[in-house]
Parts: sequence; structure tokens; C-alpha cells
Amino acid sequence: MSSLNKVSFQRVFISYLPLIFLIGSVFNDFDFNYLKIENFSFNFAYILIFYWTLRNPDRLGYLAIFFAGIINDVVIAIPLGISSLCYLVLCSVTAYMRNITLNPNFVKDWFSFLFVIILINSVQVITLDLIFLLDINYMRYLTNTGFTFLLYPAFFVFFNFLNTKISKYKND
Amino acid sequence: MAVGRDDFVIAFRSAFISKKGKQKFSLLSLILLSIIITILSNINFKPINVLRLGINEIVYSVSYLVSIPEKKIQKFNHQLSIHLNLFEKYQSKTVELDILRQKELTNNFLELENQKLRNLIDENISSKEILAKVLIDKDSPFLKSIILNKGSKDNVKAGMGIIDGVYLVGQIIEVNYTSSRALLLSDLNSKIPSVLAPQNIQAVISGTGKNFGKIEHTKDDIKDDLKNKEVIIYTSGLGGIFKPGIPIGKISKDYENRVNFFSDFTQLDYVRIISFKVGDVK
Repeated sequence: MSSLNKVSFQRVFISYLPLIFLIGSVFNDFDFNYLKIENFSFNFAYILIFYWTLRNPDRLGYLAIFFAGIINDVVIAIPLGISSLCYLVLCSVTAYMRNITLNPNFVKDWFSFLFVIILINSVQVITLDLIFLLDINYMRYLTNTGFTFLLYPAFFVFFNFLNTKISKYKND
Repeated sequence: MAVGRDDFVIAFRSAFISKKGKQKFSLLSLILLSIIITILSNINFKPINVLRLGINEIVYSVSYLVSIPEKKIQKFNHQLSIHLNLFEKYQSKTVELDILRQKELTNNFLELENQKLRNLIDENISSKEILAKVLIDKDSPFLKSIILNKGSKDNVKAGMGIIDGVYLVGQIIEVNYTSSRALLLSDLNSKIPSVLAPQNIQAVISGTGKNFGKIEHTKDDIKDDLKNKEVIIYTSGLGGIFKPGIPIGKISKDYENRVNFFSDFTQLDYVRIISFKVGDVK
């Protein structure tokens, strides 16, 4: 009986891992900034949302993503709603890609990811700079976009492994 | 061609409007909600501001707990680098200490003289300090700020200065009931009225988004005055926001327009929130 409970707890825990990662990353602004590498930063939340809403959207609800965006806005002190909007634009691109793609291809996904992070970072920069009149370091956004794009394959491998585990537990 | 367009429309509608699988809300409705919240927060709509204050309280407390492991790693990294450079640092500090001891004698005299002159013009500056713990220090690429554990219930107000020891580190920009956010000097949006000493040049020290600042709003010909000289930057007190004479940083000899801050913003544990009042002695 206890082993049965343990398995079911493990199953539930693993199936909620993408959501836990998302909430943890927005609360902590996770980007390895403590390593103090000059000009290095990336957006973990973008990678996570892109992968899971594209490959297994049942694991990450849009409402949870919306609230994660609100939390992120509070943590990094930008006007409420901007991160939510960016995350949901990311979700709309992945939803569109899911509808038009028959055979998923990693390279196509990767370059679509580049397009979409350029798009949402542009939306964010335009909103913050032109509407809210905040000073923005364009170079930081550019390097952040670059590193987020470059690190996607590494996280893709990890998330693929996690996705296989989740599917395996689901089928058991 | 028409078929291709139909496919696009179907894919588009399916992506934005329909609720698939376990999704309970359509993307379009949530996107519209985000846009409405953004617009309302832009026009300072009161319920949104109240909502934000409530979310701030919860998020800051949770964020403090979540960032504990990252803080531990950061602390370990810092301690390791201190240990590795211990001997070199000891040697340079011994020389520095000798020079400081000599300067202290002169400073004591100047302090006394300054006090006497202030008394002559019937002016005194009284300041109030609140000790605060740094809950979260986000070295985000987009915002350089810290979250403090003191808020409106401790009489913290927006605009108050933050000091680490005697050095200025930032300014309060957001006040909640039990917490507040301070913008660090290194943030792009930070502008501090300052005075360059000993040249007595008024300037504004602006953040760069990196760990140093830059001088703004001065005449171009001051570059020659600053070249290869030891220039210390203090708050000027102009604008009435900060107490005059709080040390900020010094100008790097190698780079003309680079201000190295005295305080290390990554190592802040406790800071003091200060407010001041200029009044006469009576």
C-alpha cells in the first residue's frame, strides 16, 4: 500500500515539475546571475514555456502561465501585465505551430524560437521604453536573446527526458 | 491559394480561440486581460495599484524563501574568492591603513571646523535612520534593485536614501506595508545629484546597468580637470532628496567617465534607510 502511495506521489510530482520549474524560476528570476559572468543572462521562463506549450501543452496551463507572468512583473518591478502578455504571445506562436506541424523538427522549432523571442523582447522593449518611458539597456536585451536562443538545445534535452518520464508514468 | 488562406485562418482560430485539452481559458481572453491590466497600471488605476501592493507582499516573502539556495551559492563563491586573494589583499590594505591614519587626523580637525561654521550660520542637519535587512538582491539584467524588510508601517517613504555603512547605495522607489524596494545606484534609471571633490563640480551620477556609474550633465571641458586625479563623488544635497556629503564612489583613473561605487551591491545584508531634515539650531 505504501509503495503504491509512493509511486502515485512520484507520478503526480513529476507531472507537475514543469509548473514547479516555471513558478520557481519567476520567483527567483533564475538566470545564473550569481556566476557573475559579464554580459551573460538568459530567460529560462521563455525556454520552459516554449518547450512545454509546444510539446506537451497539458502540463502547463495558460492560466498558470498568465499568473507566472504577473509574479515575474512584481519580482523584476515592471508594470503589471507585460510579462504575462509576452508569455502568452509565446504560447500563441507555439499553439499555431502545433496546428500547422505534422512532424515536429528540432531545428525548425529552434529557429522559430529565435523568431518568437525576438518578437516578444521587441514588444517588451517598445512597451517599457515608449509607453512607460523607462531607460532600457538594449545591449542587455540583445545578449539575453542570444544566450536564451543558444541554451535552448541544452534545456531541450533535459525537458525531453522529463517529458518521456511523464509520458511513461502516464501510460503505466 | 484560397485553401492555404483557409488553413491559416483555421490554424489561427484554433490557436487563439478554442480551448484544447486541459486548457480552461482561451489564449485570446488571457492576452486581452494582460493588455487591460497593462493599460490600467499605466494610468495608475487605484484597484490595480492596491492589487499590486497585495501581490508584492506575498511575492517578496515567497521570493525570499525561494532565493535562499541561490544566495548560499553566491555567498560560497564570494568567500572562496576572498580566501584565494587573502595575502595580496592584506598587503595592499596595510599600506592603505597607514595612509588613512594620517588622513584621519586632518579629517577630525575639518569636521570640527565644519560644525563651527554650521553653527555660525544657524544651520544643522538632523537625520533619521531605520535599519533594514535585505530580503532579495536581484542582479537582474533589467533591473538593479533590492527588497528590504521595512515598509510603510515603519514610516518608510518613497525617495528615502539607502546607505551601507557610510556609502550611498540607492533610493526607495516602492513602499508596501511590510517591505519596500530600493533602486540601486547602478540601475539605468538611477540619477543622483552629486558633487565632484575636490574640484567642486556639480554633476549627476547615472547608473549604467552594470556595476559602475557615469557622470552626466557637466560641461565637456571638465575632462581635463579630472584626468589622472583622485576624484571622490559625494551627494550634493541639491533637490533636497539626499543629505549632502554622503560618499558615492570615485572616478576610475583609467576610464574618464567611469564611477566605481564604494559599496559592493552584491554583498548587502543590512542597510540603513535614511531621511534628513535641514533646519536651524534653535
